[in-house]
Order: sequence, then C-alpha cells, then structure tokens
Amino acid sequence: MSADHPALDPREAARPRVRIRVTVNGTAREIDVAPMQRLLDVLRNDLHLTGTKEGCGEGECGACSVLLAGRPVNSCLVPAVHADGQEITTIEGLAQHGAMHAVQKAFVKAGSAQCGICTPGMVVTAAWLVDSHKGQAVPEPEIRAHLAGNLCRCTGYGQIVEAVVDALQQQATEG
Amino acid sequence: MNAPLLPPKLPHVGQSPVRVDADAKVRGTTRYVDDLPFDGWHGATVRTPIARGKVKAVRFLEGPDWREFVIVTAKDIPASVASVHAPDTSHGASDGPVSNLVDLNMVQLIERDQPYLVRSEFRHKYEPVVLLAHPDPDVLRWAATRVHVECEAQPAYLDYTQLPVSEQIQRGTDNSLKSLRLCKGAGESEAELEAVFANAFKVVEGVYHTGAQEQAYIEPQGMIARVELHPHDQMHPHWPKQPFKVRIEGSMQCPFYVHTAIKHLTNLPDDAVEIAQTATGGGFGGKEDYPSIIAGHATLLAMKARRPIKIIYDRVEDMQATTKRHPCETRIRTAHDQDGKLLALQAQVRMDGGAYLTLTPVVLSRGTLHIAGPYQIPNVRIESKAVLTNTAPNGAFRGFGAPQTIFAMERHLDKAAKALGITGDVIRKRNFVVQGGTLSTGQVIGEAIDYAGWLAQVQAELGWSEKYKQYQDFNAEQTRAGGMLRRGLGLSSFMHGCGFTGSGEVALDSRCKVRVTAEGKVEVCVANTEIGQGATTIFAQIAADALGLSLGDVCVARPDTKEVPNSGPTVASRTSMVVGHLVARACDDLVLNLEKAGLLSGELAHPSAVPAPSALSVARGTTWQPTALRKALKAAAEMPANVKEGWSRYEPPPGVIWDDSVYKGVAYGTYAWAVYGADVEVDTTTMEVKVLDFVAFQEVGRVLNPTLAVGQIAGGVVQGLGWALWEDVRLDAQGGMANANLTSYVIPTMADVPTIRVFFAENPYNYGPFGAKGIGELPMDGPAPAVCNALSMALDAPIDAIPATAEALLAATLK
Repeated sequence: MSADHPALDPREAARPRVRIRVTVNGTAREIDVAPMQRLLDVLRNDLHLTGTKEGCGEGECGACSVLLAGRPVNSCLVPAVHADGQEITTIEGLAQHGAMHAVQKAFVKAGSAQCGICTPGMVVTAAWLVDSHKGQAVPEPEIRAHLAGNLCRCTGYGQIVEAVVDALQQQATEG
Repeated sequence: MNAPLLPPKLPHVGQSPVRVDADAKVRGTTRYVDDLPFDGWHGATVRTPIARGKVKAVRFLEGPDWREFVIVTAKDIPASVASVHAPDTSHGASDGPVSNLVDLNMVQLIERDQPYLVRSEFRHKYEPVVLLAHPDPDVLRWAATRVHVECEAQPAYLDYTQLPVSEQIQRGTDNSLKSLRLCKGAGESEAELEAVFANAFKVVEGVYHTGAQEQAYIEPQGMIARVELHPHDQMHPHWPKQPFKVRIEGSMQCPFYVHTAIKHLTNLPDDAVEIAQTATGGGFGGKEDYPSIIAGHATLLAMKARRPIKIIYDRVEDMQATTKRHPCETRIRTAHDQDGKLLALQAQVRMDGGAYLTLTPVVLSRGTLHIAGPYQIPNVRIESKAVLTNTAPNGAFRGFGAPQTIFAMERHLDKAAKALGITGDVIRKRNFVVQGGTLSTGQVIGEAIDYAGWLAQVQAELGWSEKYKQYQDFNAEQTRAGGMLRRGLGLSSFMHGCGFTGSGEVALDSRCKVRVTAEGKVEVCVANTEIGQGATTIFAQIAADALGLSLGDVCVARPDTKEVPNSGPTVASRTSMVVGHLVARACDDLVLNLEKAGLLSGELAHPSAVPAPSALSVARGTTWQPTALRKALKAAAEMPANVKEGWSRYEPPPGVIWDDSVYKGVAYGTYAWAVYGADVEVDTTTMEVKVLDFVAFQEVGRVLNPTLAVGQIAGGVVQGLGWALWEDVRLDAQGGMANANLTSYVIPTMADVPTIRVFFAENPYNYGPFGAKGIGELPMDGPAPAVCNALSMALDAPIDAIPATAEALLAATLK
C-alpha cells in the first residue's frame, strides 16, 4: 500500500460486529465477528481450532481447507458471516470419539504426512472425497484433480494418493 | 571396502515403523509456532522500497496512534562494542577482517556483512529498516503501511551474468563474493589443457542457465522471543547494562545457528540464550540461516517492549524477504575422443549471491565439487565465482549449489552425445567412473559402484529400448502429419556428497548425548530438527536397534539448546548419516557406562539377543537380553550423569583428508549415487509439458526406513520438476520478487506430476549408522537435467535453461 493512501484503522473496519450461529464439529456456537473477518481467523483465534493452517492467505495452497456445508472451502477466502447458519467441519472434527477417519488411518499407514503443515487441509479434502464417493471407484487422475487445490511441498504426492486409494478401498469394504 | 559388520535384518532399521509424529499430524494437533498459546505483542517489519541506496529519513505518517507502538530502528543497537565472543568459525575461516570491536547490528554468519536493520546504506529491496510491535496484529499490519522509508537511490547491479560497471561495484574490484578453482591433470596448466583440446577428436561447448527457486515451505517463517531484562534495566535509551536472558521458540532447521546469531546480537554469554525449535512446516534450506534474522528482530522488539513478541511472516513477505536458490550460469567445454570418452572438462561457473555473503561460499563450493559428476575425466579445470547483486541474498536450498552445475553437466553430456552421433545413455556408459577410479578432486572411489548396471535398470524401467525408437518415429510422424504432440526420454546420472564438505564436519565438531530418563527410557538429545524428513523417527529407530530395545524404550528430545548438545545443523544430507552415527555411538557409550557401573554384564547372552552396539562399532561381541538392559536403565535413572548418560563426538572416517588450499582430496566421506530417467510429452500448441513417467534410482547405503526414504526421494524429485518446468522467480525493476505469492509463483500440484517411481540399491557405508548414507538433497539434483534432456529430444531443440516454462520452450524451438 502506498504512503499517500491513508487506509482506515482496521479497528474502525471491524465494526459493527455481526453475530453468527454456526455448528462447528457438531457443536452449536454463537460468535460475534467483524464484517470481513475470515472464517480461518474465527476458527483459529476465536475457537482455538489451530489445526486449520494459513499457508498463503489467498486460496492457493489449501492448508486452511475446512468443510462448509459438507464441501471443502479455503477458509481464508470465506468471510465468517457467509458461514452463518452452516455446519463446519475442521480437522479436529474428523475423528469420531477419538477414532480416526479412514483417511487419517491411511495417511498414518502410507507415511503421507511429512512436515505436517499441509496435512490437516489435505486430510479434510481427502475425507470429503472419500465420503462423497462411497462405494465408487475413483481413478487416480480424478483423485489428483480433486486434491490439486491442496499443495504439499514435502511428499511429491505419491504417498498421499496411495493413502486416498487405500481409504476409498477401506470404505468400500466396510460398506 | 570391507563388508560392514552388520546383521542382515534388524527389528527397526530397514523397516518402516509408523512415524512417531504421524498421529498428531493427521489429527491436526501438532502445534506450530503460530498455533502456540501466546500472550504477548506482535511484531512487523518495514522494508526498503528500492534496490540500493541510502535511507535519508523514516516518516511515521498520520493514521496510527504511534504512541501505542514499540518501534525499533538500527539506532537502538550499539555500533561499536567489545564482543564477549570469539569469532565463530563453524562454517570455516572467514576471509573478512576480524575485530573484537563489533557492530552488534551485524548478523553473525560466515562474515558479518548483513545488518539486522539498515543503518543508512542498503543493498536490496525489502531489506529491514524499522521494526514495529503492537498488541493487535490487524492494527500492526495497517501501521506498517503507514511508515515511509525515504531513500536516495544508488546504481544497482541486478544482472549477475554481466560484468558490473564501476558505479555498481560494492565489494572488491568486481563484486566477487567468492572464487574457487579446481584442477586435475592437464587442467593445472591452461597451456597444457589447451593442448588436450587442440588434439581432441571433438570439442563441445555449451552455456547453461538455472533460475532462482523459492523453497515454498507451506508454513511461513515465524518466531517468538521472550526476554528477561533486569527489573531496573532497559533497552531504551541505552543498551541494557545488566545481564539478561533471551529465549526463542520458532520454525527453524538449526537451533545452534540461531543461538550463535542471538548471542552475538545481544553480546550475551552462551548460557543466557536459549533457542528451541517448534514443529516446523518444511524447511528445504529456507529455514537454515534466515530464521536467525527473524529471531534477532523478535529479540530486539522484546527487549524494548519488555514483553514477548511474535513475528509471523505472511506468504508475500516470506517470498519477498527470504533467501532463494542461487541462479547460476555455467559454461562448459569438453574434449572427447572418437568413442565419446571425456578427455577434458573445462567449466566456468557464475552464481548470483544476492546482496550479502550469507552461505554463498559454501554453496559455490558444493557446485564446484559436483559439476564433474560420476565420470572418469583425466583433465579438469573448473573456475567458479559468486557475485554480489542487489537482490535479497540467495541462500541454502536443498542441493546447495549442486543441482545448478549438475544440470549444466548432464545437459552438456547429451549435447556432446548428439555432436558425436551417439545417444545420451551411450556417452554416459563410456565415461562412468568405477571402483578405483578418481573424481575431479582426485578422490579415489573405494566403494563398489555400478553406474552402468544402475543406468541399465533405469532404462529397463522406462522401457527405453522400445520407447526410444517409438518416440523418434512418433515425433517424425507428428511432424509430417502436422500433429502437435512430441515425446522424449531423458537421463541424468549424478552423485551427492553426504555431510559437510571436506574438513567441514571436523570444524563442526558435533556432539551427541543419550540419557536415561526418570522412567528408564533412553532419550536421544541432538540439535537436529524434525522438518518433515522423519529425523525423530530415524533417530528412534537407530537408538532402538543400537540398544537392542523396542521403539517404546526410546524417545527423542525436543531440540532446545538448553537441553541438547550441538550436533550441528540440519542440512547437507548429514542428519541420518553423520548425526545418526553419533546416536548409535552414544548408545554404545551409555552401555559401556552401565557395564562400568556394574549395572549390566554381557553374560546374559541369548541366541535371539541383538549384538551390543559396541559389538558393531568396536567388535566386542557382547550380547544381552533386552530385559537385562531395561533393568539396568531403571537402576541408572537415579545415578549420576557419568552412569546414565552416553556421549559421542564426531570423528572423521580414516582417510578423509581434504586440502582446501588446492581443492584436492576427499571432498566427502561418501556420496549417494543415482541415475534418474524421465519420459515426457509436450503439446506444442500450448507447450504444456506432461511428465508421463519418472524413475529415480539411487544407491544410498542402508535404507533406514523405506517409507520415509521413498517420501524423501519422491518429494525431492517433484521439487526438482518444479524448478525445471514451472517455478519462475521474476524480479521487478528494483530486484524485488515480482511474483511473491503462490498464485503467480507456481509450485507443482498433485495434478501436475505422476507418482514418482523410486528404487534403491543398498551398499552399506561403514561410517553411517547401520550402513546408511544421506539422502535428503540427492533427489533435487537429477530431475531437471533428465526432464530437459527428454524435452530436448521431444522438441529437437536444446533446452539449456530452466525454468523451461511454456514461453521458454516456445522460444527455444523458434531459435
């Protein structure tokens, strides 16, 4: 921003607060948010769900992926007010009573997490892919296309694809 | 080389137990620096707006209430004080002047030439000038845009491939940061070398360019500093008079590099500074030296604010300010006989160091040492130089200079093959070094290496013998019929030296400690960090098998300089091989201490028991049952350090002698050896490149954990493909990164690459743990030349510069 452009104090822009009602990982929450506050910041700062990461802040890396109304979104691009009345699932909500989602188990087995910073977003997106394709065979190019919005700099992706294929098979056999 | 004294199969080493950090990482419960509970203020950095000049004034514009902020500039830092520290020589001796009267504002690395904060003169865009702290990160970000740095511009030097004109000279007579010369045989004399070229059957020349590359770890850089000042002391208006303490937590590869930097910045004794790593979301070299600067900034703000400070870069700032891979221009001339055998190699390497020295001399060194590759070349002359330019400093990135020169040499061999009327596989087979042969430094190969066999395996995996002819026909048919697709195959053969170069490991003088915890577990204490590569899992595997225990009996301490000895940096493919070996030896030492204390004896030998680590390393032959050792450990938990601790210290393998003054000798104790192959298709309508298949074959000693090893290689290959094809660091007119975001700086997505096919040959190395060598950087070296050799075949045009973007490929075909 140039020096001759005196932007507004962000404390001014943060008003008026807007109350939103959301269900996060199965729990109903009411939160007062600023008009343009990012869903990512609400999750991390207000709800202390730090599993969701910021990698780029512009919807390119997918580290902030969460499920909004059952579909993966980049939470850095979603104003929190848009989530009003919706269900949100973050990485913290994938395991049920401590038992990992099939994708999480498959990631552990295949060694799909290295540094781990992309892992929550990758797992959330992959869990959506697996859950929304129950009983279906998903060809590898389609898996790769679905997960292309989640960048990983460590693995070269092969072991992630392996885990997703494994989780799809597990889901199919579990019926 | 003798066959190592190793049992063929071990309970953990060579197996793929689940990573120790996997559970927390897939559940999202791992806490990275920005995830930690934090009760302090946030810090931000205001930077220079142009490439080179002098800061005339800093203006705080209307808007923010500046009384709410803590502001630090270079004026807050003493410019001339007596240092309590001896000069740091862990990177080797400095060429620069050494004085005990120092400007604390200078970052302690190889040379003290880079300021934490600009005093007046500056050398690149986005150099830090002002630090701000405020409790509200949104207000802080806004305020940072309301600080105006007024400058007087000076002539900048941005194109490292051109010689600088006089107004652009900022160091020495030609902006040189470092020059090296490596000679072998007739290469020692220019006249003799010319005679070899004059008498050769064929002389081939080429010029090769590789671009900068952003590490693009997905977790941006971040640090938290906590400072304990004496209650009646303060930083402002003078530097603290009483001793104080600093504790840093953050994303980093090398806690002791940060420790060195901060103890010099604060001029505090070693034990007043503590550096602890937090879970780190990728490094790749980008978190080798730069974290010291952010830690310094956070420390300065914390000293003045008297409260904890957190600095987290956003992606744009991270890409604008932090280091990149060195751009490199390599000119190669080779002389061949009629069979294509290499008679001589002459090369000139020129690297772009950026504005300050940072680690450039060492990067240049590795590039110089790797250019001649795994080939038997009797006469070699390599002259290399890195120059200062007015961009952000270039620094460490996986491969560390080697990928640049390997790209040049491996492209050049295909060019030479073409000139000789043979194919790339044939010219390589005719020149591979074999056991007993010598590398360019005169290093004699003691290992049984089999490049011809490995190359054949890669060719078999690629289906080379059928496909090569098929693709030639396919391309001819496409051309004839006006089709737009072209296909090609390409190879690269190369090696990567494991550990620090030459005498570097001796200079590091690494130490390792293992200790018995209160619960009777064995805890590995090293400074080497888990940055995704699986270091903690590897250390646990090594310790478990060295002790004959299970993974549940061992743990790995958090790298915190307060708790662990300095086992050196997490760089240079040294963690598993060098530090892993120290872990095994420290376990040995612990067992000997337990025996000395009468807590353990070898009489309990059992047929199924694992040989004592001392049996592995000092051939004592003692064995015991795990129950006896566990009992001894429980008993040792209450004992003094000389019983419950085991220590080791680096010792160079015999015969590793390096002469830095003439660049001759054993450059690395061992190398990882590799042959890679690529199969590509180009749509010449769009010049989009599809990598159809990629085969990565390497000999890396004992593979400690196959799943981790495959992950390392596949990940490195994809970074290499990114560097080769898409990752294009663009500079603006002021030398700043113009595409500093992940939208316009394109790294490979899952849809851009195939599953990399990874193969290992295992020839145990006697001085790595259970025979392991280093593998971290190796996979960065081979992909770019293999792909560009394949593209050169596909397009029937030499692809000698990367990134080979669609635009670059189009230009190359129109030449």
